[in-house]
Amino acid sequence: MGFARTWAVALVGLDGAMVEVEADIGQTLPAFSIVGLPDAALNEARERLRAAARNSGMPLTARKITVNLTPATLPKRGSLFDLAIVVSALQAGGTVPRTGTTVFLAELGLDGALRPVRGILPAVMAAVRAGHDRIVVAQANAAEAALVPGARVEGHACLADVLAAAGADPAGLLRPRRPAPRAGTLPAPAPARPPDLADVAGQADGRLALEIAAAGGHHLLMVGPPGSGKTMLAERLPGLLPDLEDDAAMEVTALHSLHGSGPRTALVRRPPFEAPHHTVSAAALFGGGSGIPNPGAASRAHRGVLFLDEAPEFDRGVIDALRQPLESGTVTIDRSTASATYPARFQLVLAANPCPCGQAGGRGAECTCTPRERRAYFGKLSGPLLDRVDLQIAVPKVSYGELAAGAGQGEPTAAVARRVAAARAHQAERLRPLGARTNAELGGGLLNGVLRPPRAVTVPLERAMDRGSLTARGYQRVLRVAWTLADLEGRPGPTADDVDTALWFRSLVPA
Amino acid sequence: MDGGLGAYGERLAAAHLAERGYRILERNWRAVPGRDGVRGEADIVAEHDGLVVVVEVKTRSGTGYGHPFESITPQKTARLHRLAAAWARAHGRDPRLIRVDAVAVVVRPGTAPSLEVLLQLQ
Repeated sequence: MGFARTWAVALVGLDGAMVEVEADIGQTLPAFSIVGLPDAALNEARERLRAAARNSGMPLTARKITVNLTPATLPKRGSLFDLAIVVSALQAGGTVPRTGTTVFLAELGLDGALRPVRGILPAVMAAVRAGHDRIVVAQANAAEAALVPGARVEGHACLADVLAAAGADPAGLLRPRRPAPRAGTLPAPAPARPPDLADVAGQADGRLALEIAAAGGHHLLMVGPPGSGKTMLAERLPGLLPDLEDDAAMEVTALHSLHGSGPRTALVRRPPFEAPHHTVSAAALFGGGSGIPNPGAASRAHRGVLFLDEAPEFDRGVIDALRQPLESGTVTIDRSTASATYPARFQLVLAANPCPCGQAGGRGAECTCTPRERRAYFGKLSGPLLDRVDLQIAVPKVSYGELAAGAGQGEPTAAVARRVAAARAHQAERLRPLGARTNAELGGGLLNGVLRPPRAVTVPLERAMDRGSLTARGYQRVLRVAWTLADLEGRPGPTADDVDTALWFRSLVPA
Repeated sequence: MDGGLGAYGERLAAAHLAERGYRILERNWRAVPGRDGVRGEADIVAEHDGLVVVVEVKTRSGTGYGHPFESITPQKTARLHRLAAAWARAHGRDPRLIRVDAVAVVVRPGTAPSLEVLLQLQ
């Protein structure tokens, strides 16, 4: 009687910190105060918790309850502390046995029902890492929590079940009764078929570029008039990528759990695809929001593909800010209360029209742009961003002949994905001792050192550099792509042909 | 407001306090606003540990409308302190040596009434 302690988790970014939820009961008039940097949602918990406890047949004591969330310096927000607070308060009142190091993560309804919360996966990961392996969550979150290896998860439907499982006297406990809705009469929408490469008519270069991008993890720029199929190609890249490995799948699932697109029941195994519109704000793309910022589209594309259609139309600031995730694979957002870091290691696919009106450099309609407009259009993209885009291709308009002959005739995604998987395996074997996974991650040190191809292969590159048509950075990009071409063919290293092909893929925008 | 239930609860409370060593000095003492500078009535005035104690008694039949203590607001507590000081002054006692307690009486038909005492309300 008097004092009790339970455990919960406060999330800052994808990292969780253990929070002690202490409850003290003072022999004075009834009151309920929560201290320790709670936000508005957490302060509203007081009313919710009194009602939930009463409606579960075990009212909170009619004395002063003080709840302290420590460490007090850590900002805490949201409703996932509800269960830990109410259990702590009831234990302090002496009606529920102590639960040791068990962690409680759920929101409560007024009727005592446990509601699922966002971010269960990263919260449970943090708890297990800190040595708290026994975790109580809402039934609807149980499957997601159980994805964490080593977690002993208890899912309950209501507060009364939690209290009974903790050893409280079951007599008098009340469970909420809620009428089950009838089975829905509208059929659920059929799941969308993942787009297949067989649907793309013509575009042999585009297909090859896509295959190389998938095999080597290279960023890709496609330039072509509207309607030539840039978006179609980009949407088919995730289908070519291999399944996510365990640690990557856990990270991706944790990010999606935090974003709150419903409780998860299985790990996300397929690389995600995000295609924000060109009016997107920096906050939406990289994460934002008050208090502790939420992950943005770049983080939701982690280990997958981030597709920016009409790339030159994006705000200059947004384009420039892409450099941090491209460089470090993470996004850090600073706020006065906390700074959150989210992983954002995505494969970038950019699409652009050749000029503002879109008609330059093709058959048919004439371009109406002035040379000055054309230069300004690409000016936004050039520089440090394009330096990191290994593959740059033109995607011309498809002729009627290609369309009529080509639709449905192209190689299907499954066949290309098999070659990509083989190339990835080859690559992983060679790069593992060097600490990399894909050719796209190789820096100049390795490309000019251990992985330097024989002189005969690089001679055309040296000549191009001497002529001034190839920069040092361009040289490295060509070598990276050449290595991927070799991996796709199963060769031990790039040949002069591979270098030739690779040179062709960077001919679009001078760097 | 003093129907049968309230008076019954106050009788129970007075008996209970007497058992705990309170000396009951007065019941239902009503302040005279002109003289005491405060309005209201003290349910029980008692002496305990050398202090003048004003005891607020709250009686309920069941807790369907909340626990009796929940109806004691900070304003009510402040007034009880002023009442205690007024009683002490009116009876030649030191108005600083006072205390305010509360008793909750819950009466349910068919079971023994339950009493809870809170000391020293702030």
